[in-house]
Amino acid sequence: MAIDMSQFYQVFFEEAAEHLASIENLLVSMDVDAPDAEDLNALFRAAHSIKGSSGTFGFNDMTEVTHVMETLLDMVRKHEKPLTSDIIDACLEAGDVLRNLLAAHMGEDQADAAAATAVSQRLQALCEAESADTGCASTGTEGSVPAGGNRFRIRFRPDAACRQRPETLDNLAEELGRLGQVQRFDREDDGLCDIVIESTHALSAFEGVVDFVAESGSVVVMPLAEAEEDAYGFFEPADGVSGAEETAYGFFNDEPVATVSAADDEVVSEDGSYGFFAAPAPAATSDDDEAPDGSYGLFAKAVTSPVAPAAVPAAAIEASAKSERAAPVKTAGAAQKKPPTARAGGDTSIRVSVEKVDQMINLVGELVITQAMLTQSAEGLDPVLYERLMNGLVQLERNTRDLQESVMSIRMLPISVVFSRFPRVVRDVSKKLGKQVELKTIGEGTELDKGLIERISDPLTHLIRNSLDHGIESPEKRRAAGKSEIGTITLKAYHQSGNIVIEVGDDGAGLNRDKILSKARERGLDASDTMSDAEVWQLIFEPGFSTADQVTDVSGRGVGMDVVKRNIASMGGRVDIDSMGGVGTRMTVRLPLTLAILDGMSVGVGAETYIIPLNYVVESLQPGPNMMRSVSGVDSLIQVRGEYLPVISLREYFGVEGACTDWRKGIMVILEADGTKIALFVDQLIGQHQVVIKSLEANYRRVAGISGATIMGDGRVALILDAAALVGQSRKVLAVAA
Amino acid sequence: MQLGSEAVAIDDSHRELEQEFLTFTLGPEEYAIDILKVQEIRGYDTVTAIANAPKFIKGVINLRGTIVPIVDLRIKFGIGNVEYTPFTVVIILNLAERVVGVVVDSVSDVIGMTPEQIRPAPNFSSQVGASFIRGLGTVDERMLIVVDIERLMLAPEMALIDEATA
Repeated sequence: MAIDMSQFYQVFFEEAAEHLASIENLLVSMDVDAPDAEDLNALFRAAHSIKGSSGTFGFNDMTEVTHVMETLLDMVRKHEKPLTSDIIDACLEAGDVLRNLLAAHMGEDQADAAAATAVSQRLQALCEAESADTGCASTGTEGSVPAGGNRFRIRFRPDAACRQRPETLDNLAEELGRLGQVQRFDREDDGLCDIVIESTHALSAFEGVVDFVAESGSVVVMPLAEAEEDAYGFFEPADGVSGAEETAYGFFNDEPVATVSAADDEVVSEDGSYGFFAAPAPAATSDDDEAPDGSYGLFAKAVTSPVAPAAVPAAAIEASAKSERAAPVKTAGAAQKKPPTARAGGDTSIRVSVEKVDQMINLVGELVITQAMLTQSAEGLDPVLYERLMNGLVQLERNTRDLQESVMSIRMLPISVVFSRFPRVVRDVSKKLGKQVELKTIGEGTELDKGLIERISDPLTHLIRNSLDHGIESPEKRRAAGKSEIGTITLKAYHQSGNIVIEVGDDGAGLNRDKILSKARERGLDASDTMSDAEVWQLIFEPGFSTADQVTDVSGRGVGMDVVKRNIASMGGRVDIDSMGGVGTRMTVRLPLTLAILDGMSVGVGAETYIIPLNYVVESLQPGPNMMRSVSGVDSLIQVRGEYLPVISLREYFGVEGACTDWRKGIMVILEADGTKIALFVDQLIGQHQVVIKSLEANYRRVAGISGATIMGDGRVALILDAAALVGQSRKVLAVAA
Repeated sequence: MQLGSEAVAIDDSHRELEQEFLTFTLGPEEYAIDILKVQEIRGYDTVTAIANAPKFIKGVINLRGTIVPIVDLRIKFGIGNVEYTPFTVVIILNLAERVVGVVVDSVSDVIGMTPEQIRPAPNFSSQVGASFIRGLGTVDERMLIVVDIERLMLAPEMALIDEATA
């Protein structure tokens, strides 16, 4: 039986992460005053799934936290406890803790055991606060089957593994709850478990369930009516069931008192919950239904007609008749619970490793090049003579393009994957700052490359936090400015000419031009009053720049915007800012649709072709006779519109033979990275194209000044320049020279 | 270039013991490498030079979408005439998940050799480090230098991989 569980870990990690994400989404979107029953169930199911699978894999720390969380959620969804924002906060916190634990199991993080314990206690406290009100809560009969049928008594001794982990008994109770109605679930001092269940199933069904947790041979299942009759009537323990009469006695003496009073309370005080507890009866055929408290009614009846099996169904019918009158709404709710089971069976997606998809993308890329080669070779042929070939080629071209598009779309994910985490961010941060903010998202369906999705999330989070902290004003200020007290942050994503554009907009105070300029001067940055707005706004991306008067928990340390800009630049994108005083600010992030494709300018040096990423290119010009300036006898600077820029000759840098050495015959390409400009001297400009980035390191090594390679239309390899490194290089050279 | 199995007649009784080697020439010398490391053989095509690389690294080529570095063993070992003609041959090797191409003068054939046929090489100095030579094989009257191509190509002196990963 020694199965290596580790091979399934990855599946568990992915599933748990998904469940955690859905828990968070549900919690954040939950309306505290009128929670949707379906959402509550979804929450419970997600927590339950994590608990179940983490237990299976032996991640006990996660099991413990989810167990308490599940218990709490179970109470909430059964209306034993009203939903409060406190519960939502606690569950969100638990979600964070679980994520931490999950990361720890994946080896990415350190497990914070203290936080786990703290959150467990917090949840536990919330559970207990409420269970006092409801008296003896039902023993977790999740998805129970209606009343009716025979009653059975199950007695068994839990095995060693089960004794160590008490929560397995809860799982058992749930499991039994699916077969019938668990009316009692006691653990006795000597370790024996005593369960009373009412069910239409055959006796053997329970044995199968209980066998999993019981010591072998310790399970005794018997029809209850006779057993109790025996015990009660003759005070003689039935064979093999030691102490049966004691428990049977206890059952009639103590429990009914408690349950009756609890049931009475509910009947009198709460119409809704009364209706709910009886609701399962009408939905007798659904085994997905939630029937927590149906047992109350039965217990109450059981007192008047002790253990008369025939009387029980009658009681159930009576209860159901009442419930139908009392709570039609709830019954409707019960009916709605059916779809999830149906949906679970209709899952039409599959998990495929990214590696396989990338392999396919590569192959399709090859196909495109082959197809281009074929088309090129066929150009010289007589279209009349080779009509069929030509038609075939046209069709091939169309099919290849379609294939390429659909293959690329496999890697594309909707941006909602990223957007979905922001409601939480906005909620937490605005609460901390005492601001009221509404988040609007537009275009969640916009798709972008999976690689980008993973990397865009942090910069976007930062932009949103920034808008929350600096953009949106406090409610008082907003009121004074005649705006609604509730600020709005708009997240918008759309496609524009091969780029994906993500806008983070707020209706706050806007950027303060004068403040930014004065701060910039304070920090010794080059800032003049004649700068255009756009240039001034770009100043906030300078490292260490912050206009916040106070350093808050959220932001203001001036760390971040420069990182945001750098991260986005490393993805081949850029950030623009529009702002208007008193109206708001909009940050626009533009990214290429996929990481694998880059807009490049191809330049020729000698016989070689190099690609320069287009977003680094400022301009290109032909140097005039008087533009070159020499320092210590070597032409190393060029004067462009008043600026002196260091010149790097690609010919010298890469040692290309046969390249042009005369400044006046070549072209200067001005590059800008991290605020520094250089002039790159090349022989000629060839053109501008989108290139597919290929790794040079896969089979070779890293080369200074080269970020990758690509395959040109003619099948040759061209190297892509690492513009940022080239610019950095010039700085180093200059430093040495100075 | 197709390497047919008919090029070599292998006695079935020796099949289990025999290992197959691809032999190629560099100038007058004949080398043998484990055939399982060979992915394919192709003609020499234009390469894209890489800046600041050692002389024997000719550059990179596009092998069906993969960027593959090309090493000229003739330059590396200083033997043979370094010229590129339509008959110049590149052996594409698949080593430890890396693909590398080597330029040689010509590919001869595929030979099966039993371990007894490979004698340990005596101590001698050569351009090919002695540690990369598994031994000297004798087939008929020919002497084959059996090279551990994987160790050779992944050695730091080949400058094909980053020092950190070497």
